[in-house]
Amino acid sequence: MKRLALVGTIVLGLLCFVGQPALAAPPIKIGVLGPMAFTQGEGHWNGATLAAEEINTAGGIQVGGEKRAIELVKVDTNEFLSIPDATNATEMAISRHKVDFMVGGFRTEAVQVMQDIAMDAKKIFIGCGAAHPELCTRVTKDYNRYKYWFRLTPINSTYLGKVDFLLLAMVAAEMKKALGLEKLKVAIVAEKAAWADPIVKAAEETLPAKMGMEVVGTWRPSPVAKDCTAELTAIQRTGAHIIFTTFSSSVGLTFAKQWGELKVPAANVGINVESQKSGFWSATGGKAEYTVTVNTLARVKITDKTIPFYDKYLERFKEAPNYTAGTYDALFLIKEAVEKAGSTNSDKVVTELEKIDSLDTAGRVVFDKSHDITWGPKHITSIGTQWQDGKMLCVWPNGWEGVTFEGTVPHKLPPWVIEHYKK
Amino acid sequence: MAMLLDIIIDGLIKGSVYALLAIGFSLVLGVARIINIAHTALFMTAAYLIYIGSKLMGLPLLLAMTAAVVLTVLLGLVVYRLFIQPIQEHEAAVLIATIAVAMMLQEVFLMSFGGHYLGVPPLVEGFLHILGVKVTMQHLLALGLSLVMLFGVRQFLMKTRLGLALRSTAQDREVANLMGMDVNRVALLTVAISVGLAAMTGAIVVPLITVEPTMWMHPLIMMLAIVVLGGLGSIEGSFVGAYILGFAESLVVFMLPMGSFLKDSVALSVMILVLLIRPEGLFGVSFEEER
Repeated sequence: MKRLALVGTIVLGLLCFVGQPALAAPPIKIGVLGPMAFTQGEGHWNGATLAAEEINTAGGIQVGGEKRAIELVKVDTNEFLSIPDATNATEMAISRHKVDFMVGGFRTEAVQVMQDIAMDAKKIFIGCGAAHPELCTRVTKDYNRYKYWFRLTPINSTYLGKVDFLLLAMVAAEMKKALGLEKLKVAIVAEKAAWADPIVKAAEETLPAKMGMEVVGTWRPSPVAKDCTAELTAIQRTGAHIIFTTFSSSVGLTFAKQWGELKVPAANVGINVESQKSGFWSATGGKAEYTVTVNTLARVKITDKTIPFYDKYLERFKEAPNYTAGTYDALFLIKEAVEKAGSTNSDKVVTELEKIDSLDTAGRVVFDKSHDITWGPKHITSIGTQWQDGKMLCVWPNGWEGVTFEGTVPHKLPPWVIEHYKK
Repeated sequence: MAMLLDIIIDGLIKGSVYALLAIGFSLVLGVARIINIAHTALFMTAAYLIYIGSKLMGLPLLLAMTAAVVLTVLLGLVVYRLFIQPIQEHEAAVLIATIAVAMMLQEVFLMSFGGHYLGVPPLVEGFLHILGVKVTMQHLLALGLSLVMLFGVRQFLMKTRLGLALRSTAQDREVANLMGMDVNRVALLTVAISVGLAAMTGAIVVPLITVEPTMWMHPLIMMLAIVVLGGLGSIEGSFVGAYILGFAESLVVFMLPMGSFLKDSVALSVMILVLLIRPEGLFGVSFEEER
């Protein structure tokens, strides 16, 4: 009996040693920060979950001589309702949960504070939600403090503005061609938020000066406005042919729904984050069909990774991934950088992230000197999507700079707009 | 001229919806001295129940709306009996308790449905041109129903014995009690009517708005501004105040497009201005007199 116990102990001991694979090493903790009760936070969490599962199933992250698993920490920033909540959640992620890396964030106003906290703690924070250029300008202004920040998604609001103008140009060209209109009138409608200010400024300058369009007015509703009929009525009075939108909050849904209900005879194009979500069609009762928005993902072949990721996400979470699900790519970037650095040391990983050149779900990822994602035909372009018959389809780039993603369809003007101008 | 028409039509629709909310709030404040901050949270409850009934359970929209109004009134009565009645004599405590109820409802919906923006289809589709202004049929329906309900409430208060009881309790609770009225029953009835108005407002406007867990906050601010502007507890005041703020909002959007996000602030500024000139509000008794 004693012998049996001895053998058992030895076997158990051996198992402990032999079975001490790399994954027995402490996990790498990644804080996923976002407003978890909202779609944006769900995107953050779901994207990161898929990536962590794939990485862990494949054995984890190779750090020097050991394999380490990823452990995700869900950090609910509640940033839509309270910026102090976002501050507290970030502090807690660092001091209590002792995260090694951070990904996520959504509202620029909240992310700026979250960024400061992460930088003070020298934690790498890959932004997957906030678009304001200032978040990356800080890196150039004070590299030593802000070098731990990288923005992966979306492209910054200056680039978003560029894609916005390209979408506008596409719609304008089609209106001129199909309806025989000469000089187009444009109404600018942008929610009153910090990230939208540079786009509005650029639109007011660029449209008349470089695109030959007349700006008939600029409307700045509250991001949470529940009624936009007054704005839409005023816009109709101006005779605008196109409404150029900039929305990231619920006002985008209200505006698009009422635009469709009133059949306002003006094409609706721009940035409308709400219309990037699968639930948009149902929430608007299909009234906002033909809404065009700048987007990050759709079921088109941007890279070889896009459609498999899109399908897997849709199957697992029963909704299409929005751009905050870019945490999926963020985790793979962290993996690649940590493995090349052979360490989780923030300074070493920063050096590797700066060298990244990788084809991910939204395109080719290369960070510029300000640690911002590079935009352009050879990098991430972003896409333009339009709701057509209950489906969110890619309509841009459709030949722009020679870029067309497999699965792209032609843009359609709303039939009531065509009818109005063909009378 | 065109802009004036736009402002009149838009302001009229906004004002009518605000009036419905504010009158229910004013009624319960005037009669039972309850500052029910949860009033618009109950409006939100009705909106969510309509969503559940029509979208999740597949009930016909009208049936879902009726069920939602009944269930919301029942919930309102439960809230009254559990959280308000035991502390009814302490106005500050009631105020805090109803804030807690509102937050509780917000959290319940946030946990159950997340922060997703949800929508309910309109009862009537399409739009009409009224003097050159496009107005959706659902907005027109909301305007019509609001006016019918406002008229109904007025007739009830002015032409029925129960209405008389409500008004007399609103004027002087102690004297009404001395005259043999069961003021507690009157208060309970008032709560039911008030919550019913909130729920019906929810039913009328739910196809026009986005259903989400913070949808109660903006109407609350507007409603408080209206009742302070009209005079605390004054039903006539709430009616007039609602239209003043409705028109003020429309004016801002049409006259100051770049500042259309300021429409709430302008409405609140109107309230502050009136308070500075006439602290008791447009139709209220002065606070000193009331004491």
